[in-house]
Amino acid sequence: MSKRKHIKVLISVIGLDGHFTGAQIVSRFLMDAGMEVVYLGIYQTPEMIVNAAIQESVDLIGISSHASNYEQIGVLLDLMKKNDLHDIPVICGGTIPKQHAEALIKRGVSKIFPPQSTSESIINYIVSVVKR
Amino acid sequence: MINSIVKKIVNGDPRDVARLIRDIDDRVPGTRDILKALHKHTGKAYIIGITGAPGVGKSTVVDQMIRGLRTNGKTVGVLAVDPTSPFSGGAILGDRIRMQRHSLDEGVFIRSLATRGQFGGLTQSTRSIIDVLDAMGKDYIIVETVGVGQDEVDIARSAHTTIIVAVPGMGDHIQAIKAGIFEIGDIFVINKADRPDAQKMLDDLQAMIDIAYKKFKKESWKPPILLAEAVNNKGIVELLNEIEKHRKSRRSLSRQAIIGHKKALARFELIDMIKSRLVEETLKRITNSHEFREYLDCIIDGTMDPYSACDDLISAKLNFFGDGNSG
Repeated sequence: MSKRKHIKVLISVIGLDGHFTGAQIVSRFLMDAGMEVVYLGIYQTPEMIVNAAIQESVDLIGISSHASNYEQIGVLLDLMKKNDLHDIPVICGGTIPKQHAEALIKRGVSKIFPPQSTSESIINYIVSVVKR
Repeated sequence: MINSIVKKIVNGDPRDVARLIRDIDDRVPGTRDILKALHKHTGKAYIIGITGAPGVGKSTVVDQMIRGLRTNGKTVGVLAVDPTSPFSGGAILGDRIRMQRHSLDEGVFIRSLATRGQFGGLTQSTRSIIDVLDAMGKDYIIVETVGVGQDEVDIARSAHTTIIVAVPGMGDHIQAIKAGIFEIGDIFVINKADRPDAQKMLDDLQAMIDIAYKKFKKESWKPPILLAEAVNNKGIVELLNEIEKHRKSRRSLSRQAIIGHKKALARFELIDMIKSRLVEETLKRITNSHEFREYLDCIIDGTMDPYSACDDLISAKLNFFGDGNSG
C-alpha cells in the first residue's frame, strides 16, 4: 500500500439503517484530511458494499451503525473473506454496545470508534493502517 | 506478467480491472506498459460523455440510461468524475448513490474518479481508464463529468456522443453561452422539466442551436433538445433513441469525413499525452533543482522578480528553450 499517494476509503451505512448523519460527517472530515471518500449512503447490503469495494479498489471500509444490526457487519466480513478482500481493513462507528463491539473485533473488524471519538483519532488510525 | 494481466482484463475480471484503474489513477510506474499492450483490444465500445453544472441530475440521467441499455441487453461501464477539493486534496465521490440499483448487476461496472488537480493529466488518465473499460468488453461507456473546467469539457468532447444536461431556472440563455460547453453538445437534455420555464429554456436553446446550425450547414447532425424528468424515468427512452440516431449519423458520414474526425481526435489526444508528460517531466526537473529554491528565496527577498527567475530557470534547465524571451 505504501506506493499509494492518495488514500481511498469507502463509507457506508449498512442494512436497515437510515442514520446517515454520522457517515456523512465522517466522510466530510476524511475529505478535509485529503482522502478520497466513496460515499455509498444508507440501506446498503453487504453484497452491495463488497461489490463497490471491488470496483472502486478502496484501501479501507468504514461502516456506520446505529440500528443494532451488527450481524450484517459479520456477514460483510464473511463475504469479504469469500471475495479475497481480507486485506482491506474494516472499521466501524456508531452506537455499538461494548459486548457487541468485542464480538465484532473477534470476527475481524480492525477497530471500532464509539460515540465521542475525535475526528483526529479516526484520521490517524486510517492513515496508520493504510500506509502500513 | 503483462500478458497475464492483459488477458484478465480482456476476460473482464472486475478485480483486475479495478486494480489497474487504481494504478493508472495513482500513476504507478509500469502501468504504461500494460496500457501499451492493452491498446489493441480497445476501440469496440461506444463512448458517451455527459456533462453539465453540479446538481442538474447527471448521475440520475446516467442511472436511467444504464437501466435502458441493460433492458436492451447491453453491458455498461460508467466513469463518474468528481472534483477534488483544491484546499485539502480530498474528494467525496457520491455518484454511486444514484446508481445503486445496478450495484449487483455483473453487466455494469461503475467507477468513481477524483480530478486530483494534475497538470492536464486528468484527460489523459481518464482516457486510459476508458481504454481499460473498453478492453474489458463493455458495449457502452458513459463518462460523467462536472462541466466546469477545461479538462472536464475536453473529456466529454472526446466521446462519440456528448450530452449536455441543464435545468430550468439557472439564469437566461446567456449563461449557457458563457459556460462554454454549449458548442460541444450533440444532444441537449433539459432535466427537471416539470419546473417552471422549461419550455422557455427549450425555446432559447433552440434559437441558439438554429443560429449555429445555419452557420455550419454542412454538418449533418443538428443537436436535438429533449425535456426529461430523469428521476421519474421520463424522456430517457427518447434520449437513448437520439444517441442511436447520432451514432448512425456518424456512421453515414463520408469516408473522408470519418477519417478527418479520427485524425483530429488522434491529434488532440496525442498532443494532450505529450503535453502532460512534458509538463510532468520538465517541472520535476526544474522544481527539484537547487537553483529553483535559490530563485524562490530571491523572489521572497525582493532581490529578483519572478519574470526573470522564470526565464533564467527555463534557459538554465531546458537548453532547447533558447533565451526564454519568445513569450
